Amino acid sequence: MNAQTNLIASSERKIWPLTGGVHPEENKHQSTTRPIGSVPLPETLVLPLSQHAGTPAEPVVAVGDKVLKGQLIARASGVISAPLHAPSSGVISAIEPRPIPHPSGFSEPCIVLSTDGAEQWCELTTIDDYRQLPPEELVAKVRAAGISGMGGAGFPTAIKLSSGLSIRTLIINGTECEPYITADDMLMREQAQTIIAGAEILQYMLGADECLIGIEDNKPEAIMAMRTALSQSASADKMEIVVFPTIYPSGGEKQLIQILTGQEVPSGKLPADLGIVMQNVGTAVAVKEAVVDGKPLISRITTLTGAALQTPGNVAVLIGTPAHHLLQHAGLQDSQLGTLVFGGPMMGFSVERLDIPVTKTANCIIAATRSEFPEAPDPQACIRCGHCAQACPASLLPQQLYWHAKAENYEQLLHHNLFDCIECGACAFVCPSAIPLVQYYRASKGVIRTLEAKQVKSERSKARYESRLARMAQESAEKEAKRQANAERAARLKAAKANEQPGVVEEDPIQAAIARAKARKAATAGQPARVELSAKQKELRFSSLSPGHRLKRLRRRSAQHRLLAMTPRLHG
Amino acid sequence: MEIVLYAVGALLLLAVLFGAILGFASIHFKVEGNPIVDQINEILPQTQCGQCGYPGCRPYAEAIANGDAINKCPPGGQATVNALADLLDMEPQTLDAGADEVPVTRIAYIREAECIGCTKCLQACPVDAILGAAKQMHTVLADECTGCDLCVDPCPVECIEMRPVAVTARTWSWPLPSSDALIATDRRGQML
Ligand code: SF4
Ligand code: SF4
Ligand code: SF4
Ligand code: SF4
Repeated sequence: MNAQTNLIASSERKIWPLTGGVHPEENKHQSTTRPIGSVPLPETLVLPLSQHAGTPAEPVVAVGDKVLKGQLIARASGVISAPLHAPSSGVISAIEPRPIPHPSGFSEPCIVLSTDGAEQWCELTTIDDYRQLPPEELVAKVRAAGISGMGGAGFPTAIKLSSGLSIRTLIINGTECEPYITADDMLMREQAQTIIAGAEILQYMLGADECLIGIEDNKPEAIMAMRTALSQSASADKMEIVVFPTIYPSGGEKQLIQILTGQEVPSGKLPADLGIVMQNVGTAVAVKEAVVDGKPLISRITTLTGAALQTPGNVAVLIGTPAHHLLQHAGLQDSQLGTLVFGGPMMGFSVERLDIPVTKTANCIIAATRSEFPEAPDPQACIRCGHCAQACPASLLPQQLYWHAKAENYEQLLHHNLFDCIECGACAFVCPSAIPLVQYYRASKGVIRTLEAKQVKSERSKARYESRLARMAQESAEKEAKRQANAERAARLKAAKANEQPGVVEEDPIQAAIARAKARKAATAGQPARVELSAKQKELRFSSLSPGHRLKRLRRRSAQHRLLAMTPRLHG
Repeated sequence: MEIVLYAVGALLLLAVLFGAILGFASIHFKVEGNPIVDQINEILPQTQCGQCGYPGCRPYAEAIANGDAINKCPPGGQATVNALADLLDMEPQTLDAGADEVPVTRIAYIREAECIGCTKCLQACPVDAILGAAKQMHTVLADECTGCDLCVDPCPVECIEMRPVAVTARTWSWPLPSSDALIATDRRGQML
């Protein structure tokens, strides 16, 4: 305790208090008794194509392909996406839907890799001095390495690094405020130098003047290790380790910014708008490995904890390792297992299968006993005590949100800034009526997102419908013009025939052609110039075709129109 | 007496002046089209299916503006009826019989092996969501299809079917809680 107070005292920087917040039981000691361990190579690795926020990756390998460790197996598709690399050498044995770590319990497309045990790396390009390269090239390396935020949301890191806004402050998040999870704590204890090196690279990429490393005061060993590493590094004067009192959820992006800088990120804005970028300590390590060692993101530190495990601790795992492989290694007692949670107890979700793989965002797996995570008591009516509003770190009014969510009043929910809710669960934690508040918010957010998507689609359908109507009107105008031209021509021919001597059937071809051209001109005079011209040209070629060909051409033409009508969409 | 004349004169002058301003405004700031039709059309789902008895959403919007009932659009479901009632300040009506309360999203699917390339579906689609050409295989642009059903009947070989859109992990969302549940522990089930 003494060391802890000293540590806090030694950081002179002003710290701002968090709005709201709670103090749940930490339960971190169980998993910090051992150093970061390793697990034997599993026989199969299951790699979901969508481990990040954004569009899923696209496989570039086929079943049966032999791959090397670190080889690209799925490329990023779209702007917000991240590629995927083989975590070990082996053979691609399937590309199919498999259960993924997701609260829905759904199966989604995954690449399944049968490992061969050789752990043979593909060729890596290392860099001696990254400062020789421009920041954009380093960002490209980060993008190619498939790095997405390792603290939770999994947003592709390269996008945060290339916002185009001028960044003044880089914040490295070593807060890890959620109970049970100790992956970042152990990482800071054991790989402090790598974290500092990664932070230096990030600072160089962003051109940030200062770098703040935020750590809660419940991690004295990690703070010590980081302080030592920083004092030995070259950028001791450009970085600062800031220690602040433990409170949940200080590790939220907007919350940590508030604690460290006193600035509030306005609703609907990004930290980058304030000149701030935040990265997790795990991400800093991944960035260092990607830039300096040329290694893609293929492994991470995951906390294995919960009372159903005999040897809880942290392990370095290959992405794609099935949970049961890890849990067996940590001494899972099957009979004890009550709930299996991916993530922490506040923001994580329970899963119902043991074969779910570890992804880039999986910081913790809790194998809890029944007594550890007991059934939630039945919710009672809200008594309007207001505890939730005091606990909310986002300064929302949880009980108002709850009433509106229950009444499905989405307008009011938006009015009360539902989307600023970080789903931290602080409100539900303090609620004396045990109302599952967060689930109400999550459900309502889902409905609002669906409604918005529908609105966008209906706008598009309307535009397409209207452009189709316009096109059909134009087509029928063209047709009408043609019909008139033909009718006039027929009338002229008839008149000419009546004037001719009986027996002479041949008409003067030149006269006839002039008459036809005149008729067409007269008929299309009302049309806009562009249409007139093209219709005339088409008509010339059209009339020389046989009826069968004409029909085909007509059809093809309508298909072309269709394609034309579609072009803006295809490019847009 | 004089003061009365002044007052009447001043009022007359004002009347003429405002009359002129209003007259000017009515010509120069004239609203084109019928704004209420546009507002109604915004609310309609733009499926363009014709189930309301009109050849598309806009014609139905015009009909509503002219006094037709607001409960004839099955794809919009009860939500659309309520929104229309809200806009038009009417009593919410229940949806016309025979429709689902919450409409299921479906999109057309062409069994491509069976398609003979007749272009009939292509001509029927109100939003150009079908791609194809004569004697070529046709296919549906899933992102653009509104699920209106209009391409199903015209197909002479019946190779078009309406398939419900599957929920994926991306489109899934948490259900409103029924009774129990806290944060991480709210879905408890049997371990496999
Ligand atoms: S879950 Fe949302 S509403 Fe509840 S305390 Fe956290 S931010 Fe506030
Ligand atoms: S803490 Fe629970 S009971 Fe109290 S006001 Fe909030 S929702 Fe209602
Ligand atoms: S029934 Fe179909 S065409 Fe009519 S308004 Fe509704 S979606 Fe539009
Ligand atoms: S493809 Fe068929 S169901 Fe889809 S919008 Fe076009 S006509 Fe309607």
